[in-house]
Amino acid sequence: MKTGNIVSKLYDSKKISIYMKNIRVIDPVRSLDRVMDVQVSDGVFKLINDNQEIGVTSCIKELDCSGLWLIPGLVDMHVHLREPGEEYKETIETGSQAAVAGGVVAVAAMPNTTPPNDTETVTRFILDRAKACASCYVFPVAAITKGLNGQQLTDMGNLVEAGAIAFSDDGNPVMDSTLMRRALEYSKIFGVPIISHCEDKMLSADGVMNEGKVSYELGLRGIPRIAEQIMVSRDIALAKYTGARVHIAHVSTKESVDLIRKAKTEGLNVTAETTPHYFSLTEEKVYSYDARYKVNPPLRTQQDINVILEGLHDGTIDAIATDHAPHSFLEKDIEFDFAAFGMIGLETSLAVSLELTRKGILSPAELIAKMSTNPAKILNIPFGFLENNGYASFAVIDPEEEWVVNNDDFYSKGVNCPFEGQVLKGRVKFTVINGRVVFAREEYSWLAK
Amino acid sequence: MAYNRKDLLNIRDLTPEEIEHILELAVSLREINERPIKKVPTLRGKTIIHLFYEPSTRTKMSFDIAAKRLGADTYSISTSTSSMVKGETFLDTVKNLEAMKPDVFVIRHSVSGVPQRIAALTSASVVNAGDGTHEHPTQALLDMLTIKDFKGTLKGLNITIVGDILHSRVAKSNMWGLTKMESEVTLCGPPTLVPREFATVPGVSISYDLQKAIQNADVLMVLRIQRERQKQSFFPSLREYARLYGVTPEKLKNAKDSLLIMHPGPINRGVELDPAVADGPRSVILDQVSNGVAVRMAVLYILAQRSYSQENNGGEPL
Ligand SMILES: [Zn+2]
Repeated sequence: MKTGNIVSKLYDSKKISIYMKNIRVIDPVRSLDRVMDVQVSDGVFKLINDNQEIGVTSCIKELDCSGLWLIPGLVDMHVHLREPGEEYKETIETGSQAAVAGGVVAVAAMPNTTPPNDTETVTRFILDRAKACASCYVFPVAAITKGLNGQQLTDMGNLVEAGAIAFSDDGNPVMDSTLMRRALEYSKIFGVPIISHCEDKMLSADGVMNEGKVSYELGLRGIPRIAEQIMVSRDIALAKYTGARVHIAHVSTKESVDLIRKAKTEGLNVTAETTPHYFSLTEEKVYSYDARYKVNPPLRTQQDINVILEGLHDGTIDAIATDHAPHSFLEKDIEFDFAAFGMIGLETSLAVSLELTRKGILSPAELIAKMSTNPAKILNIPFGFLENNGYASFAVIDPEEEWVVNNDDFYSKGVNCPFEGQVLKGRVKFTVINGRVVFAREEYSWLAK
Repeated sequence: MAYNRKDLLNIRDLTPEEIEHILELAVSLREINERPIKKVPTLRGKTIIHLFYEPSTRTKMSFDIAAKRLGADTYSISTSTSSMVKGETFLDTVKNLEAMKPDVFVIRHSVSGVPQRIAALTSASVVNAGDGTHEHPTQALLDMLTIKDFKGTLKGLNITIVGDILHSRVAKSNMWGLTKMESEVTLCGPPTLVPREFATVPGVSISYDLQKAIQNADVLMVLRIQRERQKQSFFPSLREYARLYGVTPEKLKNAKDSLLIMHPGPINRGVELDPAVADGPRSVILDQVSNGVAVRMAVLYILAQRSYSQENNGGEPL
């Protein structure tokens, strides 16, 4: 239930003061994973080493945090906030509230809004709105091409100047290989990544789910896995040829993992992300014809999941993002063919991903690296670490708490959660940005008062 | 009870016993269609709504006759559009329809999965009267009844289905049904229109050569080919399609004498089926049509009776 929780706007949030005893601190940057004490005094974060004498301020509340984890605030490098243009689906305000409720302190907002983020005006609008009403940091990703239509490059320099931190035509692939080549070359001036949504549009055509036995049985048009494979292959070839860096968004197939692994072995400047739904759900969900499971790229097979898990384990896949794509009932409770693509994920991402630590795929520190440190590095933004003796951004989570997913309890306006009704394990207790409490679940709401 | 489901949405999920049960009931109800007064009061007071979101005269007529012969009241809502009312969700649609207090919805839609989604939201029974390229369960049931009439069994037969398997809901429902009844099914057509993955279904094999696929067949089901598939490059021209996969007297030269020719209609004469074959002695196409009414009577009887027995603890005897 949301009632009782506190979620604050970033500019309006209160500095935190607390002494946390016996909390498991996980910091991939320091290679730290240890139960210890942490003091935060008026927002200033301090790791307390054993036997360290500290002058505990008498007014700071001491709390036994046994069983809880303290992690650097998560960075979600792939979200859709729908503002400007589709505020009935999500806004910068509601999307950022969903973020902090999920332990996320910074999001990269994809440009496929209405109008798209292809000019400085839109970039500035997003940043202004975020400053006025967001609960977390919002970093705009600008379009590679004007109008996201794959014809002409945007004014990348001006967009970077206005605050864009990466470029992507997400939702639409850049089909023209020459244009993609130019984008990769040109982006080198600014050192910002090009994020590629890899899909051969001619092959995916009007497909609505993974092509294979299930799509044939269900009579739904297929999106073949080669639509992704061919474009991942092309973009790696372009990155090699131009010497530029490319980031592959939402990896969904085993073939993509193999291609990226090979590229990394060759030393190419290629990074990649996947999302919780690609390593936890299969196309079999579509037997229900429930459009909550309609997403692009589509849910694939157990074999793909297995190879994506290997890719996460061996470092081929650098980051876990959500591709949080909120929609209303009008886009989702309709015919599968006509429904919109996309799933929400900000409020379930951590819980679903924690499963990877239980399965032994990733250590807790490796998981946090993929959800925080690595995406921050790829985007070159100052997150993903614990600032000792400074204003740190972090989340405190209970990795064992079980909860039933109820879409109605989410801060996101999106109705399209694919984990609805499931029991998930692991929950964010409170989230702190720059020493300020932006989210506190009911039992910790006193922190924000 | 041999059929306990609320709905009839596909053949894939049915058991052989359930199929058998519907076919047996269809045989016993078929006699009504031969009476001078072709009407019984079995489903009197029941409301059956036909929802046709895709134009179809034959299937709708067949369901309507079936419902009326059992004494049910029928209403129909047809829309020419392929989508439901814009801006309306499934939940809205179902709320509106339930206000009419129906016992059974008969739904045809051009998009796969719509009957199943509506069924999940309503307490009324739903019959899938053909959805997109998914399934057409009553067509497969009437096809199976027809085969059984002529062959005496559904077991151990060789059945070839030729044409656009990929887009055919009739082919899929028959593939599931006939293999469940322990016949062998050969799917035949150009590789662009025959998904290889179906070869993994037990009892199913795939052939791109019609002559070979006919040789051993006891039944040949011919599917209607849609002209627009040519534009999508599934085959280069109707002329070439007809040459390779059109069923002509020459291609039947090596066929068994007892081969049955079936077609779900309407036929593109001279494309997938030569008129000489369609009207020839092996053709049972008109038997399929009459069995359509019997099978749909059986399905409506089972589903409407289900809600009846829930209310009254046992229905009126037939
Ligand atoms: Zn994308």
